[in-house]
Order: sequence, then structure tokens, then C-alpha cells
Amino acid sequence: MRFMYIVTSPSPAHPTPALLEAMHKLSDREIKAGRMLDNGGLMPLSTGARVRIADGELSVIDGPFVEAKEMIGGYAIFELRDKEEAVAMAVEFMQLHKDHMPGWDGTCEVRAFAGP
Amino acid sequence: MPVPDNSTRPAASATEADAHRSIIAVWRVEQPRLITSLARMLRDVPLAEDLTQEALLAALEHWPATGVPDRPGAWLMATAKRRALDHLRRRKMLARKHDIVARDMEQEQQAMPDFDAALDDNIGDEMLRLVFTACHPVLSREARAALALRMICGLTTGEIARAFLTPEPTIAQRITRAKRTLSESGLAYETPRGEELAKRLRSVLEVVYLIFNEGYTAAHGPDWLRPQLCHEALRMGRVLIAIAPLEPEAHGLLALMELNASRTAARTDEAGEPVLLPDQNRALWDRLQIRRGLQALARARELGGAGGPYALQAAIVACHAEADTATDTNWTRIAGLYAALATAVPSPVIELNRAVAVGMAEGPAAGLAIVDRLTGEPALKAYHLLPGVRGDLLHKLGRFTEARVAFEAAAALAGNQRERELMKRRAAEAAGASRAR
Repeated sequence: MRFMYIVTSPSPAHPTPALLEAMHKLSDREIKAGRMLDNGGLMPLSTGARVRIADGELSVIDGPFVEAKEMIGGYAIFELRDKEEAVAMAVEFMQLHKDHMPGWDGTCEVRAFAGP
Repeated sequence: MPVPDNSTRPAASATEADAHRSIIAVWRVEQPRLITSLARMLRDVPLAEDLTQEALLAALEHWPATGVPDRPGAWLMATAKRRALDHLRRRKMLARKHDIVARDMEQEQQAMPDFDAALDDNIGDEMLRLVFTACHPVLSREARAALALRMICGLTTGEIARAFLTPEPTIAQRITRAKRTLSESGLAYETPRGEELAKRLRSVLEVVYLIFNEGYTAAHGPDWLRPQLCHEALRMGRVLIAIAPLEPEAHGLLALMELNASRTAARTDEAGEPVLLPDQNRALWDRLQIRRGLQALARARELGGAGGPYALQAAIVACHAEADTATDTNWTRIAGLYAALATAVPSPVIELNRAVAVGMAEGPAAGLAIVDRLTGEPALKAYHLLPGVRGDLLHKLGRFTEARVAFEAAAALAGNQRERELMKRRAAEAAGASRAR
């Protein structure tokens, strides 16, 4: 099964060097284990835009943005056996944040891809 | 049984089975690293595998009460290492080798918790060694496949048995024997180099492809675990290119598997019946997987491996993947690739496939000329697709009476019910066309 991991946080901040190193180690292991297909961090919303439909009107919002409660900071795509494995992976990933970036709050959402 | 209240479900009614599944999932993530690091210390892969299983049992015993530790990997590693020490002590240090190993381990134990770091640095090498051991040519192909699924993918004996539609005791025995063979053969636990590496790699790729096909060719039926075999094979293929990135055929095999697997959703209809390639809904093909397959194929070529058997087969599948509709298929290129494949690995079956491609590219007469050269081939004597392909080409040439005879011969040889019916249907069509003249 394919899963998408979406990391959101109310207080986006640059990862500490220790966290970066730990995440690098984890992703290296996961690539070599054939489980991680893709991953990436995302720049702040100011580097992009929002294209939205509201009340039937399409608009491009190019900023300034009222900061959302939760910002998406990064994502990863994994190919795993089942939901249990997917959750175990997310727990391990978030534990790294707990260990190496004290004070950070955030959520890692785990979602199965539609389809096979 | 009372209906569980969803709002309180996680804490209140999570069953023991759920908890076990979560623990096994955590263990499976850690398992390759557990095996490889124990194997490196013990120089005995089968023993390392046993101890890794024991660590799982310990986790299943303790974690439901204590909860999953913050660093489950470290817990499992420490437990497995303790078991290794116990094991060596029980054997009363029969050999000096064990003495040294035990001393090293005690030192490592004292040096904890920093043991992770050194291992993480060469997990690739360790995995490669494990893969080469599990797929050692001293073992039969079936034994290699079972061991690989067990030691690299962390499948249980029961899961492997269901996947291969084989009774569990048979698989258990196969694994036990294979592990004994490995233990008794005194094989060095090392990464082969040079010529030896290429030879051993073929043995690994063969097993991975065997596992893939076991899952891929039986896409229908009620057995949900079989697609899982494709996933496991793909995962091993990705492991191989990550740990042996300069081996073109590893990329070629991964490309072949990714490209074939990209069609999974389109290969069966809603009733679970197989849908043949020309009739598949190409919108259902997995674009991400196709892209990955094409990337792997490009890498195989960059590494000088365009002519490898796996890369050539992948290139053929890529021709289909890149065609928007069945009629857009570049048959001339496919025919050329089959010719190259037939040169690399001469086989009458490949030649028959080439005949189909040539028939599409240059017309049925050219295809038939190749097929007719194959009729005396002993290896194809009982192969239903030889008269099947011949019948198709004859039909296209308007030689309906001969086509009917060929399709009837194909129906008589077909082992699969569905294919037999298809051949009979085509024989009847040919008979009808011949009467309508």
C-alpha cells in the first residue's frame, strides 16, 4: 500500500542540525530498505500562491497571507505493507522531532493512496 | 458481542490482535538491521535470524503491558544482543571464536547506547551481505525465495506458505533445511567482489524476479496475498539498486518490475477476470510507477547495461507503457528488442514473441515465416501458444481452414481453462469465416 505523510505545524521553524542529521539517517535507511519512494520539505507559502474557488469565483491569491493555523512543512511517500507499518513509521519519524527539536509542536498525517 | 463504541475505541477495545499487529509492524521495520548487525557479530546468519525472531517474541510479551518504548529499535537490538550472549554462554564457549565474539559483544554492550551510529553508516553493505547470503547459489531457487522473504522482508512462515499456495509445514521445513545448509556450509559472511559478484548477483536477481512473477502471473483468484509478493519483490528490487547502485541489471530488473506492476489495476476487470494488454484501460496505469520504471531503465543504460536481459525486457514493456493507445505501439522497435533479447538469451519462447512483434510491424506473412521455423522445436512441442500464435497469423492472412486447425491444436494443449475456451472460440470464428467465403 502506498501512503502519503504530510507534516504540519503551527510554528514552522528550520529543523535543528541534530534533527536534520537524524532525519537524513532515517531517510537513507528507508531508501535502502526500498520503502521510501519520495520525500521533500516545502518552502513557506510566500514562495507560492493559493488558487481558490469560492462562491463560484476562481481567484489567485498571491499574498499577503493570513497565516493558517497549520502549515504544511513537508511530505513523504512510502510503500508499506499495511496501516500498522505506516503508523510505526510515523511514530519513529515524530520521535526524532521530539528528541532533536525540543519545543516543536506538529502533526504527521498518514494517508493511504486511493487505488491499489 | 457488544458493538464497540467508536469514540472510545483506541484505548478501550483495541484487541490483543491489533496490539500484536502494531508490534509486528514495528519489528518488521527494524528487522533487517537486527539481523545484519547480529550476523556481523556472530558470523552466522541463520542464528542471527533465530535471535531476531526471539526479540520479536520478547516484544510481544512485554510491550502490551509497558507500551511500545520510545526507541523500539534500540530495545529490540539490546534484547537480541542479550539473547546472543545467553546463547553463546549456554554453549559454554565451545570454540575460541565464540570467546572472542562474546568479549567483543560485552564491550559493545557496555558502550551502549551508541551502537546505532556505527551500524547506520554501513547498513547498505550489511544488507547486501544479507541478501547475498539468503540468495546463495548453494540453495535451491525455492529455498532462496523463502529465505529472502523471511530474512529480508520479514514475512512469517504462514505468510510465505499462503503466498506460494504451499502447505505451511513444507515451507517451514524448506526454511529450516536452507538455514542448516547455510550454517553447515561454513560460507564466509562477506560481500563478493568482481567476477564472483556478477555471478552471485544473477542468483539474487533470479530469486527476486521469481518472487515477482509468482505474484504477478496469478493476478486473479481470491488469494489477496499474492499481489503482496509483487510488492515484496519490488521492495527488494529497490533495496538492490540502493545498495548495489552500479549494477546495471539490478536497475534493469527493477525497471521491468515497476513497468509491469504499473498495469496492475488495469489487468483485471470488476469480476476479477484478466484483461489482455490491448484491451486494458490505460488511464488506470500507475503513472508514478511508470516514471520510476523508465528512470530505472535509463539508469541501466547509463551504466552500459542496455543489452542486459532484464533491461531488454524492461525496454519492451516500456514500449507499451509509452504508447497512449494500443495502436500507437511501436512494434518495429519491440521486434528489434526481441531480436536482441534472443541473441542475449537464446530461447524459442522469445523467438515466438518476436514473431508476434514482427507480425504486427511487418505484416502477418513475416511473422508466420518465423513461427514456421519454430514448429520442429522440441521445447515448444507442448506449448499451446505456438499453434495459438500461428492460428492468429493464418487468420489475418485469410487462411481460415489452416487457422481453425491451429486453434484446435492450441485448445487441446492449453492447460488453463480460460485460455482453452479462448482458443476454441477462435477456432469457431475461423470455421465461420471459412464457410462465409
